[in-house]
Amino acid sequence: MKYVTEYRDAALVKNVIEEIRRTVTRPWTLMEICGGQTHAIVRHGIDQLLPPEIELVHGPGCPVCVTPLELIDKALAIASQPNVIFCSYGDMLRVPGSGRDLFSVKAQGGDVRVVYSPLDAVALAEKNPDKQVVFFAIGFETTAPPNVMSVLQAQRLGLKNYSVLVSHVRVPPAMKAILGSPHNRVQGFLLAGHVNAVMGYHEYPPFLEEFQIPMVVTGFEPLDIVQGILMTVQLLEAGKIEIGNAYSRAVTFEGLKPAQDTIHKVFMECDRTWRGIGEIPMSGWCLRPEFDEFNAEKRFNVGDIHTKESPLCIAGQILQGLKKPHDCPAFGKECTTENPLGATMVSSEGACAAYYKYGR
Amino acid sequence: MCLGVPGKIVETYKKDGLHMAKVDFGGIFREACLDYVPEAKVGEYCIIHVGFAISLLSETEALETLELLRQIGAIEEELGTELT
Amino acid sequence: MSESTINIEGAVCAPPLTHNEQIVMGHGAGGRMSHQLIQKAFMSAFDNPALRAGDDAARIESNLHANLAISTDAHVVFPLFFPGGDIGKLAVCGTVNDVAMLGAKPLYLTAGFILEEGLSMETLKQVVASMKSAADEAGVQIVAGDTKVVQKGKADGLYITTAGVGVVREGVTISGANAKAGDAVILSGSIGDHGIAVLAARGELGFQSSLQSDVAPLNHLIDAMMNASSNVHVLRDPTRGGLATTLNEIAAQSNVGILLNEETLPVHPEVAAACEMLGFDPLYVANEGKLVTMVAREDAEKVLSAMRATKYGEGAVIIGEVTAEPRGRVLLKTALGSTRIVDMLAGEMLPRIC
Repeated sequence: MKYVTEYRDAALVKNVIEEIRRTVTRPWTLMEICGGQTHAIVRHGIDQLLPPEIELVHGPGCPVCVTPLELIDKALAIASQPNVIFCSYGDMLRVPGSGRDLFSVKAQGGDVRVVYSPLDAVALAEKNPDKQVVFFAIGFETTAPPNVMSVLQAQRLGLKNYSVLVSHVRVPPAMKAILGSPHNRVQGFLLAGHVNAVMGYHEYPPFLEEFQIPMVVTGFEPLDIVQGILMTVQLLEAGKIEIGNAYSRAVTFEGLKPAQDTIHKVFMECDRTWRGIGEIPMSGWCLRPEFDEFNAEKRFNVGDIHTKESPLCIAGQILQGLKKPHDCPAFGKECTTENPLGATMVSSEGACAAYYKYGR
Repeated sequence: MCLGVPGKIVETYKKDGLHMAKVDFGGIFREACLDYVPEAKVGEYCIIHVGFAISLLSETEALETLELLRQIGAIEEELGTELT
Repeated sequence: MSESTINIEGAVCAPPLTHNEQIVMGHGAGGRMSHQLIQKAFMSAFDNPALRAGDDAARIESNLHANLAISTDAHVVFPLFFPGGDIGKLAVCGTVNDVAMLGAKPLYLTAGFILEEGLSMETLKQVVASMKSAADEAGVQIVAGDTKVVQKGKADGLYITTAGVGVVREGVTISGANAKAGDAVILSGSIGDHGIAVLAARGELGFQSSLQSDVAPLNHLIDAMMNASSNVHVLRDPTRGGLATTLNEIAAQSNVGILLNEETLPVHPEVAAACEMLGFDPLYVANEGKLVTMVAREDAEKVLSAMRATKYGEGAVIIGEVTAEPRGRVLLKTALGSTRIVDMLAGEMLPRIC
């Protein structure tokens, strides 16, 4: 497969790792914020191959994991209603709410459907005019352009039975929260390549000023990841506070202007609670009031939601990179992929699931 | 948060007002929306995420990067054994 | 009102329709309609002495002094017809294979049908013809059956349950508990074909593929393998849950470790492409015409050659070895040289966005 196979070339990857080995003179702690990168690192065993001086810490880069419990419970309430077709990306189905998940709702007769693309949900709304179709619009910046297009498309087609339940989160505020925390150990940042493909990386120069740490736009194949690590380590060793781009085939400084414009047309920044972390101000995106008619939270009266998180789950500390999955007393015992207590065990990109699956 | 896969555009068309493409992922075909990368042409590659193109892949950049990475090992070989 | 002549003698009660085009509740009632259905749809296709006898159970004459292998399966695939096969072929091959994986010669199958009201007769005929064809290829007879009809909406068209009986080869004990450290792990061909072909056929995720299901009867392949070596320790077909789940089961049963070599795993490029797109791992995708075997190291090449010379074994390849440690664990050596765990499939495999 073009643009994939070349970036899995074992010889090239080994070369780059050798170069990392030659470059490091002292320990460095790097964070990769994207769940997809965490998954790739653990799946290919990249962390095993790196020199011991490099520690990789996993950030809260999985939108499935960080979707607030309250929103999951709202999703479950809406999906349970008769006459609703509830559409979602696959990985959300297993995320535990307060006591149940979308699978449970499906088993009780709820019409819950997995879709690959939000446009598939719009198509369902067209085909089923007598039903309410609700799409669970989660994601980081990467998924925002597709999610908002579904709203605009529903508007264009004059659909009255389509709405979205929005739970979008943004990377820059999360990075600020992590880097600004008194417990922060992160010295270099691997930026989430596909978030940057959409948003560019023009938002980051102020961070260099404020936090004085280098950042490198990084992709997802093994060669991309080790290249990102190499660039970061080179900057750190040279004492350079800069932004690098190790994913230049897909990412430009400006990013995709049409996508950014469309996002801002439909979404506005708002406060967002990150599951396990807490509220990070202005870290989310919500529908603008002019799109109220497509806002599932306004269309459905989901009443008082009382959330209940498992007391054992330390996902919050894992998401902030303060602890590793092995540090959790419930890891592999009460909390497994079949019986997840928290979101980081549910999502295939969650750090706990990745460790449980690949690295126990 | 970003399962994005490279795919080759084999056909473009309009559907319901959207700029769409038939994309080849290596023998598997799927429809994707090109509204965010309108300049993409047949024969070019995009990163596709949940049925949308989110980047037009630059062959030039790709080749340059690969060449750079190939050089890393080569230079060390030329210079001889470890320098410590 | 004109003069009307009421002709009482002409009155006749309208006879019921014969319902030749589709299944209706009457076909499951056990009366004449049921008998006609059984005769037309099943008996004429499967035809053999046991069925012709017409009793409640098949009487099988036997002077064998041997161990039996017995297996049962339920088949609920949707859609009923997919590229490379259908529910009928799946049903026969699935049970033939389960019996054969014990090192047994499959002989007789039973088939129970749960038909949904409204199923077209034509569809049923096609499924039955497919079963007969698969049974002929495998060399087995379908000697007993049952039919029930359920209301519309209760059976996805058609469900089939099968049971199979076979005779274990003399002196042979093939079992998931018999893997020995040092054994070679051999896979008969590419993984993930069936799962992706069916997913494409379902259409819910909107992708198109030319992939065919690999559904096939593997008993002749196993015969060839067992003729080549008496040191075949384990045979299993990795169906739902994929190769990864099957290997984990064997590792647990035998209390051994298994080390796979990522570079040797055979994956069809289209399967790889679909998995990349959806975020799946081919190790977890279903197969219906593949087997994995653990064979004493010294016989590995012999068995491999025998497989490659047999239909359904042409793509056979050694993919790893059985190890003493870590017990009950399956590990994979990646193309980069690192090692990672290969776990069982947890729940359902879901497309991901992350």
